[in-house]
Amino acid sequence: MSSVRVLVGTRKGAFILTSDGKRKDWEVAGPHFGGWEMYHLKGSPADPNRLYASQSSGWFGQLIQRSNDGGKTWEPVGNKFAYEGEVGTHQWYDGTPHPWEFKRVWHLEPSLTDPDTVYAGVEDAAIFRSTDGALTWQELTGLRGHGSGSRWQPGAGGMCLHTILLDPSDPGRIFVAISAAGAFRSDDAGQTWRPITRGLVSEIMPDPTAEVGHCVHRIAMNPSRPGVLFMQKHWDVMRSDDAGDNWREVSGNLPTDFGFCIDVHAHEPETVYVVPIKSDSEHYPPEGKLRVYRSREGGNEWEALTNGLPQSNCYVNVLRDAMAVDRLDSCGVYFGTTGGQVYASTDAGDNWAPIVRDLPAVVSVEVQTLL
Amino acid sequence: MIRVILPAHLRNLAKVSGEVQLEVEGSVTQRSVLDALEGRYPMLRGTIRDRVTGQRRPFVRFFACSEDLSHESPDALLPEAVASGAEPFLLVGAIAGG
Repeated sequence: MSSVRVLVGTRKGAFILTSDGKRKDWEVAGPHFGGWEMYHLKGSPADPNRLYASQSSGWFGQLIQRSNDGGKTWEPVGNKFAYEGEVGTHQWYDGTPHPWEFKRVWHLEPSLTDPDTVYAGVEDAAIFRSTDGALTWQELTGLRGHGSGSRWQPGAGGMCLHTILLDPSDPGRIFVAISAAGAFRSDDAGQTWRPITRGLVSEIMPDPTAEVGHCVHRIAMNPSRPGVLFMQKHWDVMRSDDAGDNWREVSGNLPTDFGFCIDVHAHEPETVYVVPIKSDSEHYPPEGKLRVYRSREGGNEWEALTNGLPQSNCYVNVLRDAMAVDRLDSCGVYFGTTGGQVYASTDAGDNWAPIVRDLPAVVSVEVQTLL
Repeated sequence: MIRVILPAHLRNLAKVSGEVQLEVEGSVTQRSVLDALEGRYPMLRGTIRDRVTGQRRPFVRFFACSEDLSHESPDALLPEAVASGAEPFLLVGAIAGG
């Protein structure tokens, strides 16, 4: 009997939501690490009971937690994230050089094949890797050191590396995205990196087509077609058909092309989901209507999905890591809001229902499909 | 025996309740007390002092004998009342936020 486990990170703890394959009745466990900011939790594809979680607070800093039993029990593991070599500087908000300073882990991406290997995307932007189950961490220095690091500048939310995508067809290929430096790709398992931003246009930048500086909010892929990427940029929804070498805009008929999250249907690689947000200065849905938009054509043509979602007086946000899909036959889609709701659809977005309504503000949502 | 009182989040993390009692070798200073604390409870590494720089985290304060010792040198001797165990060494999460 298949089941799903939804890992929810919030501003005040982590919650684990479980259901059988019908996804009708849910058990809610938590809060785990109550009172702490839980930026991200994710399970190992190679061992679904191995989970990693990023736990942090403004008082007590960064911790990494690991579970070997699907989140029932946890143990703190390594939390030493030391930049390698000469730390160097990036640009501060006023354009002056500012030394790299570790603040927190935004995203944890377990290896597709080894439960003890996991990547961490951190603020100030860098990528670390552990090969011993998160006991120790080593920076992949080629990213900051590839040449443009001194020109990176933080976005309003900090200079965070928030997206890590591993290519299931090519163990050497890794994609990352950084606010507000852009998107980068490695083809040699993280040793060397290069920007993948050709085709991105950001009018808010002095040079709208510069190689670095684009505020990429999220990149998503369908694992069966890893060369096709979808991106929610600060403004603009983008698509690449060549692993990020070139991008084109596919915002089409969206009511606004600002937003944070984006994801792809588990079985239909041309079916894409976004949650349009009114603007960069008004982080809530247009018209107070919470609408997921779905394209079945890989972008450009979008339809509003509203059944079961509030269509008046709704002013929540959906953050960049707060949408996920399961892999059951009828693809489930999940997202969490800053108002503490976690919504689920068991029919690819046609109908929605809240699993929970009153959690702390949701930062991240991940789904494990357990067969 | 040195008595240390942790803030609630760190008591939960270390799975302790009430005071922590530590044996400290040599001089009783912030550094030697925190080294002993982290040696006994490794999960606290990085939560009181930065994991890389060793500096006190900005929103963690050190108190003893009704005095704020946060800005004292890490190697300054703590009050005799702490060294003798008569008074506890308090780690306090600063009041911050709304």
